[in-house]
Amino acid sequence: MIGRIITSTAMITAAAAGQPVLELTGIGKDFGAIRALHGIDMRVSPGEVVGLMGDNGAGKSTLVKIIAGNFPANHGEIRFEGNAVHFYRPIDARAVGIEVVYQDLALADNLTAAANVFLGRELKWKFGPFAFLDHKAMAARALELFGELRSETRPQHLVKQMSGGQRQAVAIARTRLSNAKLVMMDEPTAAISVRQVEQVLSLIHRLKEQGVAVMLISHRMPDVFAVCSVVARSGRTSRSATPVRKR
Amino acid sequence: MSVPIESPVSYSNVGITRWWQRSVFASQTAYVTLALLLLLVVMHFASPYFFTEGNMQNVAKNFSFIAIATLGVTFVIITGGIDLSVGSMMCFSAMVTSMVMSGLSTPDMPGASLFVHLAADGKTVLANMPGLIMLVSVLAGLIAALIVGLINGFCIAVLGLSPFVTTLGMLSIVRGLAYVVSNGRGSFPGGPDAEYFYGLTSGTLFGMPAPFIYLVVLALVMAMVLHHTAFGRHVFALGGNEKAAELTGIPVVRVKIQVYVICALAAGLQGIIISGWLGSAPANMATSYELNVIAAAVIGGANLAGGIGGPLGAIVGCVLLEVIRNGLVLAQVNSYWQQTLVGVIIILAVLVDRIRSRMI
Repeated sequence: MIGRIITSTAMITAAAAGQPVLELTGIGKDFGAIRALHGIDMRVSPGEVVGLMGDNGAGKSTLVKIIAGNFPANHGEIRFEGNAVHFYRPIDARAVGIEVVYQDLALADNLTAAANVFLGRELKWKFGPFAFLDHKAMAARALELFGELRSETRPQHLVKQMSGGQRQAVAIARTRLSNAKLVMMDEPTAAISVRQVEQVLSLIHRLKEQGVAVMLISHRMPDVFAVCSVVARSGRTSRSATPVRKR
Repeated sequence: MSVPIESPVSYSNVGITRWWQRSVFASQTAYVTLALLLLLVVMHFASPYFFTEGNMQNVAKNFSFIAIATLGVTFVIITGGIDLSVGSMMCFSAMVTSMVMSGLSTPDMPGASLFVHLAADGKTVLANMPGLIMLVSVLAGLIAALIVGLINGFCIAVLGLSPFVTTLGMLSIVRGLAYVVSNGRGSFPGGPDAEYFYGLTSGTLFGMPAPFIYLVVLALVMAMVLHHTAFGRHVFALGGNEKAAELTGIPVVRVKIQVYVICALAAGLQGIIISGWLGSAPANMATSYELNVIAAAVIGGANLAGGIGGPLGAIVGCVLLEVIRNGLVLAQVNSYWQQTLVGVIIILAVLVDRIRSRMI
């Protein structure tokens, strides 16, 4: 059993009003006999940063995975930009503009940073009927993205040999490849240094300025309060959490 | 949100990995290649016959006989899978090829009228252009391999069976089929096109055995595919982190089926080439070759856990095995030692790599 996550429109800042990017109504998820989520209603508007907090096992990651298309919800409806959507695979969600930084980062250790950033959407050049990888363009774009994140990550290095912060930068850089409308970050600041946390938070600010909605899941309260306009809490104990607003 | 400066990042703590710390130089393949070169030097001094042209041709031919299949199985190993059915696959494919070839060359057989007919003097005459029978029969052998590869891929990728069990079963199924279709007797590539067939499989070109040339071409194609196409990158990603591959939208099921098909086709082609050299496709052909093939791939640096491997390693592994075999013969060592030594080398190669990766 889990508490409800409520975000009422009244709580959202005036700038972010209008049609919500993401609207969840009555989302529920059961894993066999375990009810992981129950009756989640939520609205996220463009340029809004929603923090999702809760105890371990509260269902934060489950909610993210439902929105990201990892598995379908048992109940409820997801509307993206006003249209009801059904995601069967993660690429379905990505196709409409939802990018996710997973908690385990979803990186292939044996590939380079640039290869990981572009995994599944490699840049290619065509030669007749054949398409070859455009290593140069991918490395250059990856370097640019790492620069934006102020991360000391070299595109041609293997992820295997990277620190936690560098790995995180690779995973976050991935979300910047396309013009995402909603970026969800599952514990993006868990493994990185204070300086890099600042970079991630300022990145979130910049996303917000561009009208991208961000959903931030974190255990670190200061991070959440630093960037979030709306904070939704969840937990086993509180059946109905009240959203707290913080400017 | 663009930061268009020349070097957007200042690296205070992160150095550059030098070329010898990167890619192929920092892999097991590099160490095994060094070991191989060393072995070649030792062999040169140990036996005056080793570096003769005849012996070199022999070595090149012999390792080519398992190397093409090793290339195929390397694809599968990079994705973190395994294919135990390659030995049986070689036999089955060769069998289908030689049976189709002799079938189409016999005027009374069904379908043969398209290709041959009896002349007035009772001799068999080609009804079509020369070489067509061979082409059709080789294609038939490869299609048989393709079907088996598809079944392997389907069971593993779609039904989610373990690669080990699926291909172990397939090893038995395909070997059994080879016995069934041949009634245990084996078959011979015959008919008017047999000459072309032998020429293409066991002939030489510019002093190099034909299988060796196919091997080099296929290895170059494989290197290109693995490192410069999206498919190759997906193969590596699958072996590195299958879940991540799935999450980032890589068509995991398709890629998996493709690698098993590639592996089966390589094994099939290998079998057809071997049958050309043997002059027949006996039902017990290439028995337990899967172990040699996998051993060669592993010695060459393909990691059974997935994510690492390449054509160079596959070939180096095969060459090493063959040079040892050849060297033992030239040094007049009891050839039964060969298998023991191969086992030692498998373990040593992996051990050296383990020690190296601990040191970094």
